[in-house]
Amino acid sequence: MTNKIKIQNLNVYFGETHAIKDVSLDVLQNRVTAIIGPSGCGKSTLLRSINRMHDMVASARVTGSILLDSTDIYDRSSNPVLIRRRVGMVFQKPNPFPAMSIYDNVIAGYKLSGRLVRADADEIVESSLKRVALWDEVKDRLKANAMELSGGQQQRLCIARTIAVKPDVILMDEPASALDPLSTLKIEELIEELKDKYTIVIVTHNMQQAARVSDITAFFYLGELIEAGDTRTIFTNPEKKQTEDYITGRFG
Amino acid sequence: MNQFHYDSVEATVSHDEQVRDIDSAKGVSGDRIFKMITLGFAFSIILILLLITVGMAVESIPALKQFGWKFITGSDWDAVQGQFGALPYIWGSIVSSLLAILIATPLSVGTALFITEIAPGKLGGAIASLVELLAAIPSVIYGLWGILVMAPWLQRTVEPFLVDHFGFLPFFRGAPYGVGMLAAVIIIMIMIIPIITSITKEVLLAVPKSQKEAAVALGATKWETIRMAVLPYGRSGILGAVVLGLGRAIGETMAVTMVIGNAPQISLSLLDPAYTMPSVIANEFAEATSKLHSAALMEIGLILLVLTLLINIMARVLIWGVTRQRSAGGHI
Repeated sequence: MTNKIKIQNLNVYFGETHAIKDVSLDVLQNRVTAIIGPSGCGKSTLLRSINRMHDMVASARVTGSILLDSTDIYDRSSNPVLIRRRVGMVFQKPNPFPAMSIYDNVIAGYKLSGRLVRADADEIVESSLKRVALWDEVKDRLKANAMELSGGQQQRLCIARTIAVKPDVILMDEPASALDPLSTLKIEELIEELKDKYTIVIVTHNMQQAARVSDITAFFYLGELIEAGDTRTIFTNPEKKQTEDYITGRFG
Repeated sequence: MNQFHYDSVEATVSHDEQVRDIDSAKGVSGDRIFKMITLGFAFSIILILLLITVGMAVESIPALKQFGWKFITGSDWDAVQGQFGALPYIWGSIVSSLLAILIATPLSVGTALFITEIAPGKLGGAIASLVELLAAIPSVIYGLWGILVMAPWLQRTVEPFLVDHFGFLPFFRGAPYGVGMLAAVIIIMIMIIPIITSITKEVLLAVPKSQKEAAVALGATKWETIRMAVLPYGRSGILGAVVLGLGRAIGETMAVTMVIGNAPQISLSLLDPAYTMPSVIANEFAEATSKLHSAALMEIGLILLVLTLLINIMARVLIWGVTRQRSAGGHI
């Protein structure tokens, strides 16, 4: 099993706040890694380190390294824009572009580089939407505004937009927390299907969800990685007492 | 205090009377009175607008009768002969406003983008306050600066350069007077930049972070994020800002009157003096002794009023069209 991402001694600071404390974690290729932990434990902060989203925050400071296929994304020579084209991200709330059609949302990533032949675009839109099981629901109204879709459909559209640019890694920040149970189920099935092609890291506050969709689970508490390992082991026989307390619902 | 006193009186009345008080629903009738009063205020605004419009229409009847459509299409303006054609003023107002808005829009949107996206924090904040200070400068000071500082500079430096290098274009022909259409355009532009910039800034600040993150996470550069997420989201608001600027531009009187040269002529050249509708009203109202002359000024005012109202209605329709499209769903 190959390592897709290797996080080494990562520290993240926001001003005076030390949000991630000396975390080292390996993310395996074509596996789903779930990051769980109580609110404010640094789950999302860690996730956002992997595609350098903290660059948008002026007060954020990152030390340590994250190797993506053995290149350090925090190396001075790394270009965050190019990294983000390899490491896609799906957010907590569906955020399609409201001024764009369904079609244009899917190929939004290509509009950036601006080199896309029309026939290719059609093919990318169709295959991406099929991949997220949205094609049959929207194929007759691809030119309709993306905001006309339901919340669950919007989130699948956002996933389609992310996979359309063919990234290696997909980061998901509580992708189903704003959705109804049926839409949540669809997203979870989708994650299961996507892992044959992509490496997925998902943050979730829902432990059942982590148990259902992930192969590896990492438990965070107060900015520290308490324990990481095979999901079944973490949920049935964790090494650390804190992990056990959390997954059995004694705190958090 | 008053209320307190009232309560203590209430406390001394019998239980029955209190019940009856509740039935008579004092608070509800208070609401009704409040509603009537505020409704009256709101209607008074409409009434004022109506009174102004009707009053101007009535006062301009002599000119309307005498000239009909020729008032708008004619270019003779001679108070002594009793000839009044307003086309040069209409032309001057529209051309100066549109040119000013054309230059001011990219400058303002660019400034707002710099403040909100490129340099948020101290530098952006400082620039934002400076821009807002520009809006606080009285119009007459812009005019004074325009006529005493800018116009001589235009006359000696800018306009000779334009004539020498771009004189083959009809827009830069003629003698460099300093005062004229170019000076008016620049002054109006400076005056509307603060409005467009500060409203655009508010609009851009209202763009949700999730929209920017969506673009950034797709591998967008800063400029691409602005193009893909920020500007499309804010476009209706930016349009509104531009239209407000246009409204201000077309109505601007003092500073324009001081620098435009006040010559009622229609010329393609930006160097030539021109005249605007507000300027002719300001310059001639005191000497409009004949009934026809004052009626002609009133009719110009009426045209200005209708034009301003039309611009605003057009803008609302445009903005409505854009926002309706966006809010046609979005249920999560």
